[in-house]
Amino acid sequence: MKPAYDEMNTSDGQTRGHYASYAHWLDSTLPEVIARKREEAELAFHKVGITFAVYGEEAGTERLIPFDIVPRIIPADEWRMVEAGLRQRVKALNAFLHDIYHDQEILKAGRIPAEQVLGNALFRREMVGVDLPGQIYAHIAGIDIVRADNGDKSGEYYVLEDNLRTPSGVSYMLEDRKMMMRLFPELFARQAIAPVEHYPDLLLENLRAVAPPGVPDPTVVVLTPGQFNSAYFEHAFLAQQMGVELVDGNDLFVADGTVFMRTTQGRRRVDVIYRRIDDDYLDPQAFNKDSMLGVPGLFECYRNGKVNLANAVGTGIADDKAMYIHVPEMIRFYCGEEPILSNVPTWELSKSDDLKYVLEHLPELVVKEVQGSGGYGMLVGPTASKKEIAQFREKIIATPKKYIAQPTLALSTCPTFVANGIAPRHIDLRPFVLSGKVVTLVPGGLTRVAVKEGSLVVNSSQGGGTKDTWVLEQ
Amino acid sequence: MLSSTADHLYWMGRSMERAENTARMLDVTYRMSLLKHATLEPFQEWNAMLTISGLYEEFASRDIDINADQVIHFMGLDDTNPSSIFTSLESARENARAVRGSITSEMWEALNHTWIQIQAIRKKGIPHDGVSNFFEWVKERSHLSRGITYGTLLRDDAFRFIRLGTFLERADNTARILDVKYHILLPSLEDVGGAADYYHWGALLRSVSAFETYRKVYRDVITPRRVAELMILRADMPRSLHACMKDVDRLVSEIDGAGSWELQRQSGLLHAELRYGQIEDIIEDEGLHEYLTRFLDRIYALGDYINTSYFWPEEN
Repeated sequence: MKPAYDEMNTSDGQTRGHYASYAHWLDSTLPEVIARKREEAELAFHKVGITFAVYGEEAGTERLIPFDIVPRIIPADEWRMVEAGLRQRVKALNAFLHDIYHDQEILKAGRIPAEQVLGNALFRREMVGVDLPGQIYAHIAGIDIVRADNGDKSGEYYVLEDNLRTPSGVSYMLEDRKMMMRLFPELFARQAIAPVEHYPDLLLENLRAVAPPGVPDPTVVVLTPGQFNSAYFEHAFLAQQMGVELVDGNDLFVADGTVFMRTTQGRRRVDVIYRRIDDDYLDPQAFNKDSMLGVPGLFECYRNGKVNLANAVGTGIADDKAMYIHVPEMIRFYCGEEPILSNVPTWELSKSDDLKYVLEHLPELVVKEVQGSGGYGMLVGPTASKKEIAQFREKIIATPKKYIAQPTLALSTCPTFVANGIAPRHIDLRPFVLSGKVVTLVPGGLTRVAVKEGSLVVNSSQGGGTKDTWVLEQ
Repeated sequence: MLSSTADHLYWMGRSMERAENTARMLDVTYRMSLLKHATLEPFQEWNAMLTISGLYEEFASRDIDINADQVIHFMGLDDTNPSSIFTSLESARENARAVRGSITSEMWEALNHTWIQIQAIRKKGIPHDGVSNFFEWVKERSHLSRGITYGTLLRDDAFRFIRLGTFLERADNTARILDVKYHILLPSLEDVGGAADYYHWGALLRSVSAFETYRKVYRDVITPRRVAELMILRADMPRSLHACMKDVDRLVSEIDGAGSWELQRQSGLLHAELRYGQIEDIIEDEGLHEYLTRFLDRIYALGDYINTSYFWPEEN
């Protein structure tokens, strides 16, 4: 594979302009000082307890997500383009969700094959005709963006994936910034870096804006599956930062068609639930009957407009990887504009031509499950063994429509501290786009880094780390 | 406040206080065991320690020798003993973790750091010459948590539930510490006021940080009756039953509950008895051990009322 686009250095070894100030600092700071700061960061993350649980390991295993002190820096003009592209995309996705659960204009116009939507297991029939405040479905969207060398050394941004269900990671974005400011305050004095700390305020404002109509002072809660969920830290963190209650299913109950929480002073009405539980587990009466996490009767209240959920039930249909290929068309259809951010070229294995091509080129491609997430169940051709490829081929042949394939993008790299010094490692970016009265986002997002040399998998569950993300103000 | 949040905060307070008092109880027992006493069976004080903690049978069922090292490990670091210092610190941390949004980040960091450290201690074991240091460390971590709670937390119901757990647990533990002496054999007549007796009561006072207090209040030799009075009835002695119940009573009347009348009545009753009680009545009429046993039962019942008033009310 040809060398990837590096965010800090050009291919002939020059530091890019927007990294000049940081590079100068790095050169003039003693390695011992940096080593000490890195230890300090690790200790502080442990002490604060910013950990995540890992599925499949011994119960209650908690790990730190590796934090790297070299920031990912984005120049102001690039960010303006990315931000506009994200707003456009999320507006279109919300419009699409409202449309397919109501009049289905886009299907009638033949712009997306109807059977791909209506025949999809993620299309929630129960949501058809349900009116939501502001017609918003994905209140919080995590859009994964990667950058790859375009052949002309420019490095183009691509949207890799839309996460419209319960995207996580924003707490790391906030904690990484806090850590960088604590360790290296002098860096923030040198140049104007756009702040991100107001994210919880924006989130609360957006959640309150989508309360059921006529509620003057809406009560917002964060609903978590519980302490042993991998993202529990984030649920608790966001509840605390917003100053709202963190609840689990046992804290809520439905009476008289209204959702209440149990408090020491009796029951209290709940208006907006920022839920971090999947649709299937929300309400044992409506969905998975064995769910112990949910609230019986919740969905009925929701359909009747007595309570709002963020994100809405049924958003999975729009972030499905088979629907991903249609997002540019959604943007054209609903916004009447050309997409600002490109999609990664994608093969649909349900099409026989695509399938044939992919099976012939497996060692070069990335194959993903249409409904998978978190980096589980994917094949990265270039780094997989012959045996792994053979096993995956069997799975694809058995159920081709479960998969899509994409070229192995040479994700851009960013210098990262490793065992023996600093070396380039692949990164991606997850900005968090909020939709309420308006569409807003804080500058930047969460930069994830694949810590292993050559690895393209940045997911924390697969050993990925994080970096602070700086959007320069000029 | 969410009922479940109140529940976690209350148990966070109880668990931290329990860790501290278990260290205190182990400390007093350890000190007593260093005083060679001809009339005591070997390791009798360790038996007593297990008995008052309600863990004698649990320990006996494990088929290990009763001696200082074993009991200190069992009560200090054993993760299968629900009342060990290790388990208590873990429980304090887990409860705090569940309600991180309701406490200050400094409180959480202190509890989490304590938990990280106790895990390291557990891996290495308590060194033979480091027993007292270990108890000191536990007490210091508890002091730190309490200080941070006091210094940083908003005075709302979260604060009150933590304090409620703290005082109820402390009342329970002070009663048990006082009862230790009963289980170590009432002194024979010629021993009363003798050197061994003096040291035992002295150790007991030290375990609740009351040795100097005793001197200051009574300016006289240590007698069992006065020790009992100090630890049961003195309102100004911060670990006495009276002081604890005074705070419990105040807290339950301050926290608005859905159905807390019976709780308020019971705690008020217990507080009034301590406030107007006399040590003669306790020792001569009822007997100290009998009194303490009955007190522990009532504390247990109060815990039940707290449960039904705030955490799992019937109607909600």
